[in-house]
Amino acid sequence: MSTVATKPQTQSSKMIQVMGGLGALCALLIVLTYEGTAERIAHLKDEALQQAVVYVLPGSTSTVEFYIDADHHISTEWTENAVPVFAGYDDAGQLIGVAIEAAGRGYADVIKVLYGYDPVKEQIIGFYVLESKETPGLGDKIEKDPSFLENFAELDVSISSSGSLNNAVVTVKHGEKKNPWEIDGITGATISSRAIGVMLNASTNEWLAVIQKNLSVIQNQGK
Amino acid sequence: MSQLVKEPKQKSFFTTLAESPSTNEFLKGIWKDNPIFVQVLGMCPVLAVTNTAENALAMGFATTFVLMMSNILVSLLRNVIPKEVRIASYILIIATFVTMTDYAIQAISVDLHKSLGAFISLIVVNCLILSRAEAFASKNTVIPSILDGLGMGLGFVLALFSLGAVRELLGNGSILGFSIFSANFQEWIVMILPAGGFFTLALWLLLFNILKERRNHG
Amino acid sequence: MDESLWYIFINASLISNFVLAYFLGICPFLGVSGKLDTASKMGGAVTFVMLISSMCAYGINTLLVAIDAPFLQLISYIVVIASTVQLVEMFVKKMSPALFRALGIFLPLITTNCAILGLALFQTNKGYGFLQSLVYALGAGIGFTLALVLMAGIRQQLDFASPPKVVKGTVITLLIAGILSLSFMGFSGLGG
Repeated sequence: MSTVATKPQTQSSKMIQVMGGLGALCALLIVLTYEGTAERIAHLKDEALQQAVVYVLPGSTSTVEFYIDADHHISTEWTENAVPVFAGYDDAGQLIGVAIEAAGRGYADVIKVLYGYDPVKEQIIGFYVLESKETPGLGDKIEKDPSFLENFAELDVSISSSGSLNNAVVTVKHGEKKNPWEIDGITGATISSRAIGVMLNASTNEWLAVIQKNLSVIQNQGK
Repeated sequence: MSQLVKEPKQKSFFTTLAESPSTNEFLKGIWKDNPIFVQVLGMCPVLAVTNTAENALAMGFATTFVLMMSNILVSLLRNVIPKEVRIASYILIIATFVTMTDYAIQAISVDLHKSLGAFISLIVVNCLILSRAEAFASKNTVIPSILDGLGMGLGFVLALFSLGAVRELLGNGSILGFSIFSANFQEWIVMILPAGGFFTLALWLLLFNILKERRNHG
Repeated sequence: MDESLWYIFINASLISNFVLAYFLGICPFLGVSGKLDTASKMGGAVTFVMLISSMCAYGINTLLVAIDAPFLQLISYIVVIASTVQLVEMFVKKMSPALFRALGIFLPLITTNCAILGLALFQTNKGYGFLQSLVYALGAGIGFTLALVLMAGIRQQLDFASPPKVVKGTVITLLIAGILSLSFMGFSGLGG
């Protein structure tokens, strides 16, 4: 009892001083760390993205980021709400293709992928899963299964003059792929592999016409 | 007989070391008061990121770093911080070190940061760290606090690794990415699913309980 | 990619249940799931705190984006959550002392409940708008309550059984949680 009585209440001014001082110290530490690491983190993220782009555009050695604005103009300048796409070029500056991000609802959560589009052959030539929480061992086969990934070596996505796909990209049951625009599904990962088909179909319908229209802008950038 | 009586007088180096209080601060966290297996504190990251041994180790060391640094700062400031605002101050300190760790891990490897995800930020709410700050660092000087943080942290690493290793071995047939079994091994997918985390932890705790029971009866 | 509110709700409460799939809020899950009555009240308190902190987190994030200071995110979230919990604690103490006693130590522990901070971080990562964030918080809270209540129901039955001494307490609770987690996996695919 006596200790409680002799110990005076801490004044609120002292509390505020201590919390303020502590806050300042913490802010200083955080800002120093942020400043110290920001450059390297940006560099690493860039590198990772670069690698993904080169992966989905086999043969490319350099990449340039383009932005598609709301009016479907493509330029290297970023504007509000613009959608980024990545063009890959070979050593001679020849355009290999354009890497585009697509997202869709999978089995567990949203799946994000990056695919490479060859505007001359009008095919998808590469595919990479950026983000997925699909069930390990089942749904995550969309990232690893070699026979599934083979689908995206030359998937037909040719477009008509109106700008939409000639043949909708669709996932079929495993072993039933007959046409070059069909994706051979995975047994045991039906929903995940079907989700890939749906998101590629939506994304190609939306962006391929825009890319074809602005192809010269993208091609010239490599030279 | 006379020899036996004499012997305790000349303690070996190791006995002295083992009986010194600082060794005790360090060792208690690893075994006797292991944060996971004995105190059952800070469970969320234990279950969430232990689907591979590598994730488990990274998470463990990140937590150890935060635990040690916050113990140091709390212990240094223990006479300055008024008791009314101590919890708020501890949380502020912990959040600071976690933010720093978060950026440090991103700077080391983007892939690692991606696979640990939001769970690095969630170190802030790991009950273990706050409880060490409150129960130990706020009452002790810097050196014991460092040892306490290090010991508890390593105990945490040990626990995470023993979970991660079992789950990766059975669920993926490998440890730290190296395949252990032949190609014919059928993976136990359930082990890398969330449910596997619950099961593995339950079995480790069961093992500890059985050992404890044995000791009490033996 | 637009996510309908219904999908967000189902996803947060069932498919990616915070407790059983993301392992968030395990401490109260193991600690307060002994009695059905306490469990549902705890669930209510967490849901309420989640809704409030979700709104605050949305506001803070908008502010932080505006002043371009992402490095303050974690620290400001945790401060806001801690103060929200304090407020709720004072409120409950005044309105219902019985409930206050029943929740005991676990009310202040909501501060260190990873589910609340996790919610704030996830909604920011997913880039949800205000309404989406609210629905996400509601779903997560209901999912948390559901897991807690299910567990409490099972544990109350368990009191009448007699498991071996070595599995009593945490071990058997974890085993049950594992089985619950497996059964919740059956919900995935609901949104697709």
